[in-house]
Amino acid sequence: MKRRNLKKAMIAAASAVALVTATGSAVAFCGFYVAKADTKLFNKASRVAIMRDGERTVMTISNDYQGELKEFAIVVPVPVVLEEGQIHVTENAILDHLDAYTAPRLVEYFDEDPCETRYYDKMASAPMAMAEGAVSERRGDDALGVTVEAEYTVGEYDIQILSAKESGGLATWLKQNGYKLPRGAEETLGSYIRQGVKFFVARVNLKEQSKTGLKYLRPLQMAFDSPRFMLPIRLGMLNADGKQELFVFALTRTGRVETTNYRTVKLPTGMDVPVYVKDEFGEFYKAMFADQVTREAERAVFLEYAWDMNWCDPCAADPLSAGELRELGVYWSGGGEGDAIMRPPQQAQDVFVTRLHVSYDAAHFPEDLMFKETGERENFQGRYVLRHPYKGDAKCDAAREYKAELPKRFEQEAQTLSSLTGWDIDGIRAKMKTGGQPFTPPDKEKWWERIWGKDENKG
Amino acid sequence: MLSFSSPFPQIRDARWFQLGGQAAILGVGLAVLGFSVTVAQIAAAIAAALAAQWIGAALIAGRFDWKSAAISGLSLALLLRANDVWPFVVAAFIAIGSKFAIRAHDRHIFNPANIGIVAMIFFSDAAWTSTGEWGSALWLAALIAALGALSTWRASRLDVPVVYVGVYAALMIGRALYLGDPLPIPALRLSHGALILFAFFMISDPKTTPEDPRLRALFVAAAALIAYVMQVHFFISDGIFYAPVMLAIMRILIGGAGKGGYEWGRAPAPFIRWTNRTPSRAPAE
Repeated sequence: MKRRNLKKAMIAAASAVALVTATGSAVAFCGFYVAKADTKLFNKASRVAIMRDGERTVMTISNDYQGELKEFAIVVPVPVVLEEGQIHVTENAILDHLDAYTAPRLVEYFDEDPCETRYYDKMASAPMAMAEGAVSERRGDDALGVTVEAEYTVGEYDIQILSAKESGGLATWLKQNGYKLPRGAEETLGSYIRQGVKFFVARVNLKEQSKTGLKYLRPLQMAFDSPRFMLPIRLGMLNADGKQELFVFALTRTGRVETTNYRTVKLPTGMDVPVYVKDEFGEFYKAMFADQVTREAERAVFLEYAWDMNWCDPCAADPLSAGELRELGVYWSGGGEGDAIMRPPQQAQDVFVTRLHVSYDAAHFPEDLMFKETGERENFQGRYVLRHPYKGDAKCDAAREYKAELPKRFEQEAQTLSSLTGWDIDGIRAKMKTGGQPFTPPDKEKWWERIWGKDENKG
Repeated sequence: MLSFSSPFPQIRDARWFQLGGQAAILGVGLAVLGFSVTVAQIAAAIAAALAAQWIGAALIAGRFDWKSAAISGLSLALLLRANDVWPFVVAAFIAIGSKFAIRAHDRHIFNPANIGIVAMIFFSDAAWTSTGEWGSALWLAALIAALGALSTWRASRLDVPVVYVGVYAALMIGRALYLGDPLPIPALRLSHGALILFAFFMISDPKTTPEDPRLRALFVAAAALIAYVMQVHFFISDGIFYAPVMLAIMRILIGGAGKGGYEWGRAPAPFIRWTNRTPSRAPAE
């Protein structure tokens, strides 16, 4: 009891601080939106939002399934048999919004006349998307040890909750019912069965689907209580060729979420990069992410955003409204519509969002993702900075100095970009040249020149 | 004649190795792994542990021995995480305070840093452990194990991490075989940096484990079993930290705590025994 109150008081205090900070830097920042790197940059990407509070869990699963709708099927291990009311279908737009709000972002500053001096800026951000397994058809028996615990039609989906005694029976049942099982599925199913989990199996009900008038499938949601805070990824890896991209958006009260069985690594952030990156922010972000994945031996989960849902700075998109949050399972959220930006502390959302990005395959991620909610409330965002040089004349000493310093700065930006993305440094310099940042790269100093200097002997 | 001799014959107190090892791991954590612990938090943990030790020593009119306290402070810096500095101070005071306040047979019962961590993560949201920072890279596990092996060996307690990791591995591998899981899954769990650190630098504390080798093996095996059950069946990722506290409470209840006594630097150091060197007197501290 006491703890709760204390915590609330602390959160209220923290929000107040946040608000001050937000307003404070908004002045210094005055950013407009330039670009964001959204999840749509990635093929075969899945997005999962998870609300977690104690044992209460709401998962929202979305994927960019591109094939025939009648071919679509999904098998999700779930800890309990779900009642109809625990299953729901929501709108893609909410996940899109969450995606945009948390996306890595690009910020622009314009250098002012060095003879006057002050700052200005703009900003941008970039998001991403998610993937799934496939199947088709239906109807079956047991005697295979498979029990259909429940059957519902929710939205455009026909859903069955299965429990099984052994994997062979379940595999046979699924095949008889028209599901195509990838190789290795039986072993993985067997492991889940022995762990006592149930299987949530969904297919598209074409009649219901046509009523929606949509060309795509909407995200499925399920709400349940479970001590397990995890995301099953093993089944999805079986039929994947190559790596899959997964974005997890965790919505919690306490703080940042991390994986306990894989390293959680912060994405590099805050770097100055050449101005031309504005036009290729998506490429930049993908290359940087790929490079980071390699550096972490392909075994890490990346933190891309961790922020109090009450605000953002700079904002790639507005924070989610209380209604949207509620739709995603944040049951303590007010529910009414209305914008969340800079809400006063007494109406604080009390929601902390964590965005994790994983590029995974079975070789490097043998186990499901196990999560943990930490108390960490430090804000983190993937943010990259463009600094437009001042283009006017150099009419004063300060300006001449400023101009003289520019090539060094540009070279530094080129080096940063090259080391973040692995792109060729000369290619970067060439693009900078055409992109309004021409400069002659400084000559490489010979090592002996560092000892005796260049001109020493010339007297 | 070929004879083994310690490369560090004059260092009889294994805590020097523990201090060095933990400091090195913390350095690697900060430089390579991006540990989210600030210099202020590290300094606070160590300073508070030393201060608590000093106060405790003054209260019981005992000798101020800084090494154990510094080790506890470093352990907190390695494993505990918080938004603020104060949780480190509180954890350090709980850690060292428990050494003076909770005793049986004139010896402390709880592993100091362990009880500090458990008290903070169990009773408050202000601190947590960040197992996600460590990862399962083999080089890291090997580095920690190597440094830890040196330190536990010099303390004549190499059996502890060996038994702990052995039992934990047997359970994890057994589970994988039962479930039909691929072996990379237990391998992932076993090479986890925080687990290895715990095995080599925390549970191995000779002061809070039984002196009798068989009882000690039982204690350590039970700690591994409890950790496994909590993690795998109750989904409590901090199970490894809760286990020693539960066992210490059990030891108090059955009256087995504190009996026998390890003294730092007095344990027959393995090198010295092998070389037939006369064990010298207890070291000056």
